[in-house]
Amino acid sequence: MMTTVTANRRRSGRWTREMNEIRFFTAARWVVVGVLVISTAFPFYYMGFLSVQGAGAVLNDPGALWVTWSQLNLDAYKSVVLPVTSGGEGFLSFIGNSLLLALGTVVLTLLVSIPGSYAVSRLRFFGRRQVSVLFLAVYLFPSILLAVPLFVFFTKVGLNGSLVAVLIVYISQSVAVSIYMLRNYFDTIPVSLEEAAALDGCGRLQTLWRISLPLARPAILANGLFVFMFAWNEFLFALLFLVQDRSRWTVSLGLSELTGNSVDVPTTVLMAAAVITTIPIIILFFASERLLADGLTTGAEKG
Amino acid sequence: MNQLVNVGGADQSSAPPAPPTGSTGAARARRGALRRSEARAGFGLIAPTVVIVLVVVVLPIIWSISLSFQHVRLLNLRTAGIFGEYSFDNFVGVFTAPGFVGTLAATLAYSVLGTGFSILFGLIAALALRKRFRGRGIVRSLMLLPYVAPVVAVTFVWSTLLNPQYGFVNYWGKHLFGWKNPVAFLSQQTSEISIFGIHIAVPIALLTVIAFEAWRQFPFAFLFITARLQAAPASLEEAARVDGATISQRFRYIVWPQLLPTIAVLAVLRFIWTFTKFDDIYLLTGGAAGTQVISVRIYDFLIGNGDIGLASAQAVVLAIVLAALVGIYMRFFARREETS
Repeated sequence: MMTTVTANRRRSGRWTREMNEIRFFTAARWVVVGVLVISTAFPFYYMGFLSVQGAGAVLNDPGALWVTWSQLNLDAYKSVVLPVTSGGEGFLSFIGNSLLLALGTVVLTLLVSIPGSYAVSRLRFFGRRQVSVLFLAVYLFPSILLAVPLFVFFTKVGLNGSLVAVLIVYISQSVAVSIYMLRNYFDTIPVSLEEAAALDGCGRLQTLWRISLPLARPAILANGLFVFMFAWNEFLFALLFLVQDRSRWTVSLGLSELTGNSVDVPTTVLMAAAVITTIPIIILFFASERLLADGLTTGAEKG
Repeated sequence: MNQLVNVGGADQSSAPPAPPTGSTGAARARRGALRRSEARAGFGLIAPTVVIVLVVVVLPIIWSISLSFQHVRLLNLRTAGIFGEYSFDNFVGVFTAPGFVGTLAATLAYSVLGTGFSILFGLIAALALRKRFRGRGIVRSLMLLPYVAPVVAVTFVWSTLLNPQYGFVNYWGKHLFGWKNPVAFLSQQTSEISIFGIHIAVPIALLTVIAFEAWRQFPFAFLFITARLQAAPASLEEAARVDGATISQRFRYIVWPQLLPTIAVLAVLRFIWTFTKFDDIYLLTGGAAGTQVISVRIYDFLIGNGDIGLASAQAVVLAIVLAALVGIYMRFFARREETS
């Protein structure tokens, strides 16, 4: 085989189609990689760049791209975080709301989806197949279609404006994906381990707690991170249910309300708010990239 | 990837092995009891999830359909019940409300082009990052940022960059490319562009939100296609290379056919989600300048007009149009799969 290859090469000379293509695609590949890196990273760089400038810098020099040490100015962060009573935007309380919602969603979702996914993966019961199909349908179902009836329902029962309503909606939105991801993982754990535990006298719940859960820890961790990111980033339901009362705003809602309604908040301050909204996600993402890249393909975020 | 394809039908493999067949009646009874206890445990463990999904997803859908036939407004909500007067007025309202055709066209253009470009860029990215090089891991992680970052933050950066007064893009457009007037990317419906003397009205705002969609969603396609490429056997391409196939020929005849099923699934998923997308357009343009897609219209009917019945009817229409389009696509694709 080697001889035919070298013979081909020798025969083909310098400017054959193959050589041209190799030259072209090698160059094109680096151009593409360069364009991709710049176009994905630049908006994030610009976000951070504007957030460390004094107010009015954008208006004075809209084409600027870097900041010197002497121009470095962290006032924007100060006025974002300070409470409204001290002349700030009160982002600290938005962060509190977002954390509460996101952590609550993670804990409660895992609490119902771990046993649920175990049941779908391991136990034979009537309707198991139907339940799986139902969850897939829920996962594909667009959330805007739920917006109207849920808004009406929570307004009727007087829960509009409460974090509890949003928490319930978030759980319902994440539980289907969560079961789906975890079931796939439980399916890869050999049943024999659980049978051995059963022979040693473990009950069903004890087996789940002692054998299956520790084995599924990476999947549970990935799933928890995934749900956290969903709840932290979520916008539509926060807008529908929480917009009336500023003390209930999440970071996402706070940022959008401040950009939409107030002319008086300087762009640099809003950029600092955007950085604060984005940083937790970026940190979590880079810390857990290995875990998440798989998770994103199996349980893709709706949206 | 495969996991996503065989969703729904994936349970067969996971059933625990059947217990060995016993012969005595006592053993059979015990097995029946075991089976019943297993079923009971299964129900118990799955019940909380099923209850949540039924109460917060399934019931609201049914209720929404019922609402779409009733005259319900936010103002008279307290008095409205499940058994009101039913009529088709809301559906008539949906089709006759000003701008319905424009909304449908914008939604279609947005979802078809948004889906197409995000998959195209995802494919190009996946191919460019296929061969190992120094720093590939970092580049891959960077590539996922638009997809995982909070939508509110990235839409805000985009609208700052594209701002006609102090936006970075317009500044350099003016200084580098000599644009005479700043382009209002997010608030200008159309712009006349003349190429070789032909004047074409370009939908500026709509194209901008499509570009945003492609930017934000291409990582999703990139992830899927990369996963598929990694699973493709190297021996096929190696054999083709030895036989003298060039890079483009190897892509056309070896790689592309293997990617096609993945891309087909991606197209359906992305189309469904883009067709019903609300956040991005609401945050970028608020639905102004010819970018009012159906989901933004539902929101406007609900919050702006306070007309719950009309908003529900619009949501039902959205669901029907979406189901029809996906159905047509599925049939078309299934037929093509059979013939090829």
